[in-house]
Amino acid sequence: MVAIELADVTRIYQKYSARHRFQTFKSALVKGDLFRSLKPDELVVALDGISLQVEKGMTFGLIGENGSGKSTLLKIVSGIAKPSSGRLRVNGKISALIELGAGFHPEISGRENVFINGIMLGLSKKEITRKFDEIVRFAELEEFIDAPVKTYSSGMYMRLGFSIAINVNPEILLIDEVLAVGDAAFVPKCLDRIDDFRRRKKTILFVSHDLATVSKICDRVVWLKNGKIQMLGEPKRVVDAYLQDVAVRQEEDFQERQDQAVAPTTEPSLEPEAVPDAAEEKREQRWGKREIEIRKVTLKTLHGEEKHVFHPEEGMIIEMDIAAVEPAKDFVFGIGILNSQGISCYGTNTDLEDFEPVAISGEGKAVCRIERLGLINGTYYLDVAVHKRDGYPYDYHRNFYSFLVSSTFRDVGISRLPHTWDFSSKIRFKPPARG
Amino acid sequence: MARLYKNLGELYKYRVLLQNLVSRELKARYRGTVLGFLWSFFNPLLLMCVYTIVFGFILKPKDPAFDSSPWFYALFLFCGILPWVWFSSSSIEAANTLMINGNLIKKILFPAEILPIVTVTSNFIHFSLGLPILLIFIFVFGKTLTWYALCLPVVILVQYVFSIGFSFLISALTVHFRDIKDILGNLLTFWFFTTPIVYSLNSPPIQQHQTLRTILSLNPMTHIMNGYHDCLFYGRMIDWRSLGITFGVSLVLFYCGYAVFDRLRDSFPEEV
Repeated sequence: MVAIELADVTRIYQKYSARHRFQTFKSALVKGDLFRSLKPDELVVALDGISLQVEKGMTFGLIGENGSGKSTLLKIVSGIAKPSSGRLRVNGKISALIELGAGFHPEISGRENVFINGIMLGLSKKEITRKFDEIVRFAELEEFIDAPVKTYSSGMYMRLGFSIAINVNPEILLIDEVLAVGDAAFVPKCLDRIDDFRRRKKTILFVSHDLATVSKICDRVVWLKNGKIQMLGEPKRVVDAYLQDVAVRQEEDFQERQDQAVAPTTEPSLEPEAVPDAAEEKREQRWGKREIEIRKVTLKTLHGEEKHVFHPEEGMIIEMDIAAVEPAKDFVFGIGILNSQGISCYGTNTDLEDFEPVAISGEGKAVCRIERLGLINGTYYLDVAVHKRDGYPYDYHRNFYSFLVSSTFRDVGISRLPHTWDFSSKIRFKPPARG
Repeated sequence: MARLYKNLGELYKYRVLLQNLVSRELKARYRGTVLGFLWSFFNPLLLMCVYTIVFGFILKPKDPAFDSSPWFYALFLFCGILPWVWFSSSSIEAANTLMINGNLIKKILFPAEILPIVTVTSNFIHFSLGLPILLIFIFVFGKTLTWYALCLPVVILVQYVFSIGFSFLISALTVHFRDIKDILGNLLTFWFFTTPIVYSLNSPPIQQHQTLRTILSLNPMTHIMNGYHDCLFYGRMIDWRSLGITFGVSLVLFYCGYAVFDRLRDSFPEEV
């Protein structure tokens, strides 16, 4: 049985400018053509011909960038927004967790708000009375339920909202990114509840940016892009394709920023002495007389593709284009990787690894190959340098280059150590969904 | 028309919500004040005092209806101000209600027409809390309450329908034209003085001026006010004919207001 069916649903939003508004008001008054003059300046297509069938009992994930139409789709399914064209069919009672505690009135008590909110969400007064204790207990608000809602913290507010919405006991549950605000203790509780819903074969439409959760709990995933369905299918595949797309975008962004950042500093007019001590604090720096110069630094994958966004388990090649103005016998190549807090994650150079310099002349390449990056998600800065063994700098680049490590992993710390988990027979887990 | 019936039927299902929203409105309004709901009595009382001092003692009405007594005049004022405050507060709150509750409209599926109905109804409760005070004053000032006071619910019903129709119209239009909020304040002041509240229709300047009488009689609130004055102040039969016509006008306004509201409904979630 189909729980939600969308057939060629399009939603167009209209934008009015302030000037236009004034004109419509005037013309509405003067000509009396109130409805005809409400013509928009600009149309924004939020959803563009979406056709989708959600089978009953299915957990359906919706992913996509901000502004891709996810929330609009949820609002249309919930009935809050109407499709501009197309058809929508919904079988079953819907509860929408689009914004938790949307109807709360700050001046009155939590207790009264539970009743009003519950009624708005479609519960009867009797049902609320019956479920009241459960709602309050789930929200962990036993002590505060009679205090005005304005005195609640945002977490309490959210918990109460979630608790009411989940107790509406709908056949179809719409969840819009509401778990993002919960604290570490409450989110698992919510996920438990959602799991419970899945077990009872209810239909769930789940919007989230938390891709790990999406691939864990969803049966199918839709990826929306610019109001269209980009891909629909098995969670892992869709999430991976989406991540790939995001990575490509980030890559382009990075490239752009990099080009802007590096361009002015590589100009030869920059005197080495022009780097005063006062500029020490500056994040991006370059110093040294450049007897040996690092002309260019490229980051590549192990396959030689140029890239700035890496997966933690991926390898990286740092390629330096070197030019020696005059032959030299004393030189060291070094790299350093710092995270966004400025903490050095890794650093090494040829001297520390006992490479004995013999000779350098003309142009060439120095390549550092990292088999496995093993960093956690985040932005990293790269220092590269060529200097004498006593530290005298030929060419030192600090923070000129950066790259991003991005994945669905959620581990913390500085580095992602290679590891596996093993448990004896009495400790049992369900194996994690993602591979 | 059929749609109107269907939607009103739908509204009936939401009566519990309506009831809860009204009680929320009442509870929230005076939350944090020392006097609490007593303000429902004091507000019109204070307003009446101001008008009595200015119009009764300083300007001194020449109207035969008041026997040149400032106290009778005060009573007359009270009979009019109480329902007027109901009407004007409802209208002003209705202009804002969709915006204030924008969060609800955007996030929760429920018939938005409940909101203007809630404003009119909660203000009606304030109005009815003021009524006992009015009755006390009627006795204190030596007027007698007649059986005609039983016509009061009829007058209230007419005003109720009229107010809701007007609130539908105002609340829906304000979403698109925020200017209405400012216009409304001035309009209501003008409307207040073109309604026989601080003066009676029997006062000589009006009786002598035919055009003025005609203009005033075009104002539906005039007949509603006359109704209150008739059954409470004068203690006589209400003018069924003019009140009946006013009820007809109110129903038309109700229908038009609802039609506009319904027509603009889909634009609320994006405009508020």
